[in-house]
Amino acid sequence: MTDLTKTFPKGHVTALQGIDLQIEPGEFVSLIGPSGCGKSTLLRIIGDLIQPTTGAIEVNGKTPHQARVDHDYGMVFQDSVLFDWRTVAKNVGLPLEMLGWDRARRKSRVEEMLRTVELQGFGDHHPWQLSGGMQMRVAIARALSFEPALLLMDEPFGALDEMTRERLNIELLELWRRMESTIVFVTHSISEAVFLSTRVVVMSPRPGRIAGVVPIDLPQPRTVDTREDPRYFEHVTEVRELLRGVGADQHGSVLAEEMA
Amino acid sequence: MTTFATGARRAVPRVAATLAVLLALWALWELYRWTWIETGWTWPFPVNDTTLPHLHTIFGALGKHTSAGPLLLTVLLKSAWFTAKEAMLGFAGGAIVGFFLAVALVHSRLMQRAFLPYIVASQTIPILAVAPMVVVWLKAGWQSVAVIAAYLTFFPVAINTLRGLQSAEPRAQELMRSYAASPWEVLWKLRVPASLPYVFTALKISATASVVGAIIGELPSSIQDGLGGAILNFNQYYSLDPASLWATNVIAAALGIAFFVAVVIAEKIVVRRAPVPVA
Repeated sequence: MTDLTKTFPKGHVTALQGIDLQIEPGEFVSLIGPSGCGKSTLLRIIGDLIQPTTGAIEVNGKTPHQARVDHDYGMVFQDSVLFDWRTVAKNVGLPLEMLGWDRARRKSRVEEMLRTVELQGFGDHHPWQLSGGMQMRVAIARALSFEPALLLMDEPFGALDEMTRERLNIELLELWRRMESTIVFVTHSISEAVFLSTRVVVMSPRPGRIAGVVPIDLPQPRTVDTREDPRYFEHVTEVRELLRGVGADQHGSVLAEEMA
Repeated sequence: MTTFATGARRAVPRVAATLAVLLALWALWELYRWTWIETGWTWPFPVNDTTLPHLHTIFGALGKHTSAGPLLLTVLLKSAWFTAKEAMLGFAGGAIVGFFLAVALVHSRLMQRAFLPYIVASQTIPILAVAPMVVVWLKAGWQSVAVIAAYLTFFPVAINTLRGLQSAEPRAQELMRSYAASPWEVLWKLRVPASLPYVFTALKISATASVVGAIIGELPSSIQDGLGGAILNFNQYYSLDPASLWATNVIAAALGIAFFVAVVIAEKIVVRRAPVPVA
């Protein structure tokens, strides 16, 4: 089972400082903050894509390196990072090739994943033939194809339009419930963070620190109606207040932009 | 140029455009001839049947019998086939050497620093200076000609492949790292596929260069059977029979175009990319 603890008494010299956070299995945690607050850096440290300067971190009770080697997590970036020269099906099957799955096993899993993200029938298309939202669904299918316990998402819906983003938000929550995975989600959007998360971690910039953690007690499963719930607005306000506090020290104007 | 031209409906205007260009070039050639002859202009050179034969004379020469018997076209096609074999071997050899050189270099900045100056230097030495040495080393023969063709081929392939192997975007490399992919997997599943558009651009340059390399390589090897031999031969009789040399050039150009087209076709089969014109 997932058991995720990570602490940086002193993180990256400038990017992160004194990050102390524990994420429980099955949680959906959003990291939010203005540019330069190190939220993407933190995500990359969890994924062992960069190393912390000091401090200790554990992913699934292992070192991040071991977790990466064991394929404990899947990663989704802001742009879908699909390989143009591969079909949609082969993109989804890419990590399975690395895991040494044989062709038949890959094929059935890829079909299953394409059904999951409602892209059945698009397996033989090439990525450039799909819309931005569909490309992102392929990227999510790829990240989940090997059923990792942890999903790391770096502003995955940042480049999409509002309507696509809201639909994908709901789809992602359904996936999260069904797969019983843990998700760490970096975002710019307060509404997205509140809508999706069980906890929102608000970060402040230069050096990146945790300014506050907001537990979101909105009922599950969340639907389009959740966005009408008064408690939803309370949480949005709570996160916004925290962010405003962060920005007030240094550059409030930049922050106003971030929150727009 | 659109890469996804499909169906006869789009082929028709294409063929028409090609024909129109050919017609226009032919008209320009003949107009130039006519103007210079009529006015008696001598700059940059006096125009007459020797310096600038009629195009129909040049193409007509292909249909005439040579002193030995067979048609000039038959003779030249035989020579072209001989040169094509040398060029193909050289092209394949040079492309393979260039590609794997790039694969070796991409993994080490130190190696790049150490080797790149010599790779560049190799191309500043004129092929005319290298060819005789290759002939001395390998004995005159089609093998040495292929080596000379390879010498011209490997350079653009090495440089462009190196650039292409480095072209994979950082996020894609992070993605592969997140899968704990081995360097071998990163190379074959990411770097090499990402490099293919660059590789094919280089192959297009090299395709024609290898033909030129083969023709030039035949000269110091004293090989008579190829286009190089034909050019040398017809060069001696130019004042008597200019059309034959021109006709040989036409065939040599056609061979270069055939090589180029072969690479373009291979690219269409191999590279499955968003329809962006690369050539």
